Amino acid sequence: MVNRKLVGAHYGLIDWLVQRITGVVMAVFTVVVGFALSEGVGSSYERWYGFMSSTPMRFISFLCIVSLCWHAWIGVRDTWMDYVQPAGIKLTLHVLTLLSVIGCGGWAVQILWRL
Amino acid sequence: MITVRKFDAVIVGAGGAGLRAAIQLSEAGLKTAVLSKVFPTRSHTVAAQGGVAASLGNSEEDHWHWHMYDTVKGSDWLGDQDAIEFMCRKANEVVIELEHYGMPFDRLDNGRIYQRPFGGHMSNFGEKPVRRSCAAADRTGHAMLHAMYQRNIKANTQFFVEWLALDLIRDAEGDVLGVTAMEMETGDLYAFHAKATIFATGGAGRIYYSSTNAFINTGDGAGMAARAGIPLEDMEFWQFHPTGVAGAGVLITEGVRGEGGILRNSQGERFMERYAPNAKDLASRDVVSRAMVTEINEGRGCGPNKDFVLLDITHLPPETIMKRLPGIHEIALQFAGVDALREPIPVVPTCHYQMGGIPTNFKGQVVVPGKRSQNEIVPGFYAAGECACASVHGANRLGTNSLLDLLVFGKSAGESAVDEMKQSPKPHKELPTDAFDRTLERLNRLNTQKDGASVHETQLAMQRSMQKHAGVFRFADLLKQGVQKILEVQKDVERTEIKDKSQVFNTARVEALELDNLIEVAVATMVSAEARKESRGAHVRDDAPDTPERPDGRDDVNWLKHSLWFKDENRLEYKSVNLRPLTVDTIALKKRAY
Amino acid sequence: MTKRILKFNIYRYDPDVDRKPYLQDIEVEVDATDRKLLDALVKLKAKDDSIAFRRSCREGVCGSDGMNINGTNGLACLADLSTFPDGKTIVLRPLPGLPVIRDLIVDMTQFFKQYHSIKPYLINNDPLPERERLQSPEEREELNGLYECILCACCSTACPTFWWNPDKFVGPAGLLAAYRFIADTRDQATNERLDNLEDPYRLFRCHTIMNCVEVCPKGLNPTKAIGKIKDMMVRRII
Repeated sequence: MVNRKLVGAHYGLIDWLVQRITGVVMAVFTVVVGFALSEGVGSSYERWYGFMSSTPMRFISFLCIVSLCWHAWIGVRDTWMDYVQPAGIKLTLHVLTLLSVIGCGGWAVQILWRL
Repeated sequence: MITVRKFDAVIVGAGGAGLRAAIQLSEAGLKTAVLSKVFPTRSHTVAAQGGVAASLGNSEEDHWHWHMYDTVKGSDWLGDQDAIEFMCRKANEVVIELEHYGMPFDRLDNGRIYQRPFGGHMSNFGEKPVRRSCAAADRTGHAMLHAMYQRNIKANTQFFVEWLALDLIRDAEGDVLGVTAMEMETGDLYAFHAKATIFATGGAGRIYYSSTNAFINTGDGAGMAARAGIPLEDMEFWQFHPTGVAGAGVLITEGVRGEGGILRNSQGERFMERYAPNAKDLASRDVVSRAMVTEINEGRGCGPNKDFVLLDITHLPPETIMKRLPGIHEIALQFAGVDALREPIPVVPTCHYQMGGIPTNFKGQVVVPGKRSQNEIVPGFYAAGECACASVHGANRLGTNSLLDLLVFGKSAGESAVDEMKQSPKPHKELPTDAFDRTLERLNRLNTQKDGASVHETQLAMQRSMQKHAGVFRFADLLKQGVQKILEVQKDVERTEIKDKSQVFNTARVEALELDNLIEVAVATMVSAEARKESRGAHVRDDAPDTPERPDGRDDVNWLKHSLWFKDENRLEYKSVNLRPLTVDTIALKKRAY
Repeated sequence: MTKRILKFNIYRYDPDVDRKPYLQDIEVEVDATDRKLLDALVKLKAKDDSIAFRRSCREGVCGSDGMNINGTNGLACLADLSTFPDGKTIVLRPLPGLPVIRDLIVDMTQFFKQYHSIKPYLINNDPLPERERLQSPEEREELNGLYECILCACCSTACPTFWWNPDKFVGPAGLLAAYRFIADTRDQATNERLDNLEDPYRLFRCHTIMNCVEVCPKGLNPTKAIGKIKDMMVRRII
């Protein structure tokens, strides 16, 4: 195969946008949890359990997990794109990243669902 | 070893004129090579500031005929009136074309191109200053050069970047068949064999010690032409720009005065009112420069050594300065250490522009005296821009006419080359057997020179001689000595030595080869200046008295003619000025006053 | 400032002579008329004509003499000698991230390739009007801070992303030029231009480090232009 510089994949905007939106979701989640902790929800297991199993918290913690995974995927992929040049190694790293992000995400959801 | 490459046309130089010609040729579908010793947008057109003249009449009534009158008057009647009419009539067309290419001109509220007043540009045949200079802030040259480079990218022009043209190739019949050149990165030699060779190599302002010009302005085209037996026209006329930053030489545009800036002496006096009661600070450049030098010589200069005057814009609204003259504000800070909003800028007349050059007609074709006429066309050879002498600037150029010159004559040289090739298609003429001799000889001499002269020192000696002997004011005895001196320097140039013999990007070799070109221009200037026994435009000498028959020392009876300097034994010939325009009446001779 | 000795440590490499690059210590005497680093370099070259660097206008508009000065990219002709402390060695390197041809001269092919890749010319397919195309002063003002670029490459060669992917990332200079045409009301190819940049490498490799802004000798802000391109892309899809 000729060695051409390949660019022009015509994507990137959505990823860039997603990274910002997911960042906002995680920030909101952090603020909510931080505020709750300052109000003392961490003082006992029962209070923490009650806080986390409320419907709004289930909703945003799920969102946060999805955001975290998506954000991490793009961020780590970007790092590979920056520093790793050989296509084979890059693809392998992409796949491994994707698999571990999906695995971690599923695992986190299972934990959340167990509540 | 010289590799030969064939093209329809080869353009030497990628400044304004070269790029404009290249657009013409590339868009006509001809196989064109553009050689440039720097990346195109580094050419010195980039440093032009104030604007390009065109009688668009966007702010007030204007007419090309008024522009033509101003240009003829500015030239002190030494300009050829056919070429001047051609240029002034074409101005609107070429400026509008630039706008269409995407040049970011400043705008008026009605959306049209912004125009500002400039020195010597008047309405109604010299009545009062008119807004004629089309500007992009104070970066007009930059905006223009980039717009034309960009247009060339669109046209797929083939550039040879960082290639130094070395010598013109002419055959026994005198036809021009291309150039030899060196690829700077490798030191390899090539010949560009072409049916049309267009020189757009710019001026040689670096022959002077104090110059607004870039390091690259070494008159390569003039040098190559002179070595190939082409004369150089009107080389005694050099423009000293009134406002170069004192000490640094960096240009401060006349547009500063166009926007309302004022020149003051050590007493704070607006001295231009005395020298040019009508146009004041916006008189023609030679007039302003001489007034400044007179002030300094009579002890009214500023600073500890009383050797500069002040350009004052502190009375202008800061918004105007930051909007219309942002680059000047930056230059004043960088090179004079003053904040132009609060303090005046120290300025001094500085060598700026070469009015003379390779003789051409208004079609951009190079012409030399021959058996049949004083303007015989050299087949295959064209020139445009500062390296050429059409002659539209005569003895003194008006500000903003240089950008116009390179647009109009870059285009017309390109058009003439296209027409010639399309109307009478011919195969390439064969290269003569001695085509590369001069180039190889020069390089061989330089590479083997022992116990030679330093390039740097020799160049300095040349610059100091030019500055001292052929400056703003010229003196008969100094000019005579100057000729001797410059001929001595020339001997040193013939034995320059470089320590660096590398083949890779050898800038020492480039500088030595450039000095070969500079010295031709310097000698041409000194010899032509010594010989011209009158004062006209930028050439003012002490032994040409102001009499009623010879106002300001201008001698139309004996000296209303172009000088032609030939390298061969420093021979001078003269040819008559064309006083007949293309369609209108002659602009009659008259005393020049502003 | 009168006479003064300047000490330099300069990156030297001439592939014709040297097996590998080395650093040379060299001194030069300058006087009061030498104001800028370029003046000192010209004096240096008079002393040792083998030192190679590019230069032309010596007033900061041609963009020839970009180099790495004491670790920061800049133009030699604008670097004021008075800002260098007495006795301290001035370290000069070629612009980082591009192949060195010789000494302080780098091969800028890649840089210009990226500039050319954004189609840096006005695209407008309307029939040509007889006079200029109209543009209001406000519309024209949008081009300020964009058209002044001198292509010196100080920005792109200060950008880590450009160091890693010079062949794929357009770089700050190219992106600034891209936005110069997107912002021009006379240009009709906004969509094509945005399409051309909608790419994980060409545009989205910019991580907003802002080295480009810090080094630009003309005080331009490529990061802001890149932000505006992204902004337009978002507005295009919502």
